[in-house]
Amino acid sequence: MERIRTAEQLHRIRASREQMSLERREQGIVEVRVALATCGLASGAKSTYEYLVEELPKRHIEARVLRTGCMGYCYAEPTIEVTLPGAEPMVFGGVDPARADQIIERYIRQGEMVDGHIPRNYEKVTLE
Amino acid sequence: MLNEETVIRNRAEGGKTSATQLRIALRNCGVIDPEDIEDAIGQGAYAALAKVLADGDPEGTIRTIMDSGLRGRGGGGFPTGLKWQLSARPQADQKYVVCNADEGDPGAFMDRSILEGDPHTVLEAMAICGYCIGATKGLIYIRAEYPLAIERLHIAIRQARDYGFLGEDLFGSGFAFDIEMRYGAGAFVCGEETALIHSMEGLRGEPTLKPPFPSESGYLGKPTNVNNVETFASVPPIILKGAAWFASIGTEKSKGTKVFALAGKINKVGLIEVPMGTTLREVIYEIGGGLQHGKAFKAVQTGGPSGGCLTTAHLDTPIDYDNLIAAGSMMGSGGMIVMDEDDCMVSVAKFFLDFTVEESCGKCTPCRIGNKRLYELLEKITRGQGTREDLDHLYNLSLVIKDTSLCGLGQSSPNPVLSTLHNFRDEYLAHVDEHKCPAGVCRELIRYEIVPENCVGCTACARNCPVNAISGERKQIHFIDQAICIKCGACLEKCKFDAVIIN
Repeated sequence: MERIRTAEQLHRIRASREQMSLERREQGIVEVRVALATCGLASGAKSTYEYLVEELPKRHIEARVLRTGCMGYCYAEPTIEVTLPGAEPMVFGGVDPARADQIIERYIRQGEMVDGHIPRNYEKVTLE
Repeated sequence: MLNEETVIRNRAEGGKTSATQLRIALRNCGVIDPEDIEDAIGQGAYAALAKVLADGDPEGTIRTIMDSGLRGRGGGGFPTGLKWQLSARPQADQKYVVCNADEGDPGAFMDRSILEGDPHTVLEAMAICGYCIGATKGLIYIRAEYPLAIERLHIAIRQARDYGFLGEDLFGSGFAFDIEMRYGAGAFVCGEETALIHSMEGLRGEPTLKPPFPSESGYLGKPTNVNNVETFASVPPIILKGAAWFASIGTEKSKGTKVFALAGKINKVGLIEVPMGTTLREVIYEIGGGLQHGKAFKAVQTGGPSGGCLTTAHLDTPIDYDNLIAAGSMMGSGGMIVMDEDDCMVSVAKFFLDFTVEESCGKCTPCRIGNKRLYELLEKITRGQGTREDLDHLYNLSLVIKDTSLCGLGQSSPNPVLSTLHNFRDEYLAHVDEHKCPAGVCRELIRYEIVPENCVGCTACARNCPVNAISGERKQIHFIDQAICIKCGACLEKCKFDAVIIN
């Protein structure tokens, strides 16, 4: 990796990440974030993560599965956030592999709501 | 959908419709992959560092932090900009920036979550601080009990070096800055900055008298600026969005947002970040979803072992540094433990004193011996052997410990006692005058009894009693022999007919 020496170089990385994310949306790629902080791991998020990484390609769903830090919903771990192309991100709690299966088959495939949906209750700053 | 401005405006207009959280320190937690630096850059990481270095005006940057009103999030609430200014002042061949990640309050996990979810924000802010005060070395002091945070920090540091955000000549400015890790063994006192510095030096984690302050003579005798994880995490947004933006959020003297670890008898246990000035009621009932099993709210403990309990009287108090101190508690690092009618406040005070006794480093007498005596007095009261004189003694000893202890640990350790004594005096009186525990917690003061009208003689309690204290024939009313009963509560748990009660 070449060291970044200017703000423009930094900005180019940011712009290319934004571009990639835009392209993923256009290609219909689903984004799934799995909260994998200590708290999530302790309640079994690793098996949820592995299940998603394994099952989504098997079921021919193009998806990008990310590990993230804590989403803040300790009462509902393991938590995942699913972003369907063109839709607002949806957070689901208590996602063991069985619920992950439901989410894949019903929410990701058909856009139906499933149990465990957590309404987003925060706003965050975005850095320009 | 609400946006950030709406949250701020609602707050400014006293709007009660949406107690929405606003995430500044937690902005990237749960959003980015913490092990992928480009994911962080995609959300604006290192742009603040680039800006600060391009501006080339460390004093101006310190002024921005001062004007923003940011105060230390580790608990003390010292103005961060002022701290940076004090560390910038001394001339020295070497200075240090230290990140205090020694999070030790029982029930607190704000810092761990930030480090595990967004380690780059801390590295970036440390480099900014280093540039402002003239330090080229940064140290993160973290407890070894946080293996995942340590692992992710290591990865983040390595990636930041590869990308040129750490090391020599950052952004072509000529400024060099690098970060190393130091591990603590998880001692509560090492969150105190002088003890933390001694622990990093390989000495015993014991505090020393201030002055000299670390900003003059800290790590290895050099000027050292110590800030908490959450404080650092708030810095990049302030640089990029401006001091006025940050200062527009919060109350008169407490600006910005605060992360709380919401725990205890609450429906939605979680990690939250709210604008300063949000009320306890909003946090507990709107964000936290109220108390479990519809029980009545009794108290909320803030500030961990250094803090105190707030009661129903404080539900509508806007949460900020000064209001919490005025209410006999403190902000602390952000642990918030909610208690209901089933919690005994004397036992709660005893729990925290037990922790303090365990964690006192033993260097000064008031803390080492005083807290032990406080604990013993509380133990005596929870056994029903306390007297009114003990309550006076408890109060006076608490004041002496506060006034004479060497460091923040001892100076704040009696707070759980003082605040429960003040807010729940009748509960203490019930223990000493009537030898009763109104919440039914203190074993020596309660009796498990069977209500004859409800007992159907199913024998479930008798079969589950580990000491065979319950007698009675099938379909006959049962009876608990108080001389044998060990008050384990197994009968209460097993009875399906509400026939077992605590008296």
